Amino acid sequence: MNIIGPDALVFGVDDVDACSQYLTAYGLAPTGGGRFEALDGTSIVVRAKSDPSLPPALETGTMLRQTVYGVADKATLEAIAVELGRDRQVLALADGGIETKDDMGFQLRFQVTVRRKLDLPGERVNAPGAPAQRGVNEIGVDQDMPARPRTLSHVVCFVPSIAEAAAFYVDRLGFKITDTLLGAGPFLRPAGTLDHHTLFFIQTPPYMKGCEHFAFHMGGPTELMMAGSRFIKAGYQSFWGPGRHKMGSNWFWYFNSPLGCHVEYDADMDLHDDSWAPREAPMGPEAAQAFLFEHREKWAPGPPPGGGKPAH
Amino acid sequence: MGARSAARRRQARALKAMDESDFLCRSEEIAEGDARGYSTLSAPRTKVIVARRGGDLFAYWDACPHYGGTPMAWRTNAYLNAARDRIVCASHGAEFEIETGRCVLGAALGEALRPASIIINERGEVQLAPTPGEE
Repeated sequence: MNIIGPDALVFGVDDVDACSQYLTAYGLAPTGGGRFEALDGTSIVVRAKSDPSLPPALETGTMLRQTVYGVADKATLEAIAVELGRDRQVLALADGGIETKDDMGFQLRFQVTVRRKLDLPGERVNAPGAPAQRGVNEIGVDQDMPARPRTLSHVVCFVPSIAEAAAFYVDRLGFKITDTLLGAGPFLRPAGTLDHHTLFFIQTPPYMKGCEHFAFHMGGPTELMMAGSRFIKAGYQSFWGPGRHKMGSNWFWYFNSPLGCHVEYDADMDLHDDSWAPREAPMGPEAAQAFLFEHREKWAPGPPPGGGKPAH
Repeated sequence: MGARSAARRRQARALKAMDESDFLCRSEEIAEGDARGYSTLSAPRTKVIVARRGGDLFAYWDACPHYGGTPMAWRTNAYLNAARDRIVCASHGAEFEIETGRCVLGAALGEALRPASIIINERGEVQLAPTPGEE
């Protein structure tokens, strides 16, 4: 299945104005209709949670209503429709896309990707012993340099059953597990991209099912630091970072958001193909971050203290 | 007697310092349906959220109980939902009743915000009540 990655995430939110302000400050471009685009046309869509045009909400508090996957061509759409049509309803849309849901109940849409091909330089560094990547007299950083999200990288969801959630994407849609954080879950890469992951699951109790975060790729570590620093200066709340993950090697900086999930800047993710041998590591600060500028012991919700279930 | 009066002066200075360090805001700064976060010298790592609902002030530590005590606003002082009747954690959208701190929706179900004890003095100043070991 030649699935490239998420084209868009659709949210039904409590406060549309707050989300619009937030996503614009984050660096996405408002294009109307609640759509906020990265440079390549991938996007976040926010609508009022009462909007009847939204896909149905999950029973939890999550505001994520739909993940829209971009695929390479119509043949891929047809193959997905045939495969998933074997055991669930697949709705064919007038625009050629299809809609269905995964085994955890998350609403999905597949479409021929809207991603525009980017032709932009990446971050270039000079290092002793290596040929210079920037020309003589070419400066590396400018306080006013652009730092805009380039493309929607990945989405991370809380699910009550990792095995069931992952099996749907691996067995039915051809995603590959690149690495696994034991106690959290697997990093998943669809066949149409080399990115280390476009999807990741974290095991939680059922009442937390929903979106944990989404991330957009930046042009490099310096753009990530610039965008994050500007976000901080504008009053937005950092959650975790800046730092660099071990699995995927991507730089990260997570922020709180009014979309009911964290929002991440990321940069410089590893690329893998089918020859890659997946790694496993127990979840914890040692496995999650190669380095971090702001320490945080707890970065994902494990069992509550004492291991008990929350009282209701 | 000199020593005793010096001790009294020291005590008065200490009380004054405590008084100043625990100042959060003036009561009238928090309008109905508003909430703001304040840092204090005595507990600098965690802000205190002061919210007004039904005319009354309610205060909680700015630390979501479900996620390692993370700060809850998505932007400075952005603590409430659109209807201005719940405190929302902008980590994962857990919603809390302003009056009780109890989580009523989302990732912190079964848990509650930790109340911060406040005093409104005769000058209309909202202060954090000095609780030993509090933060």
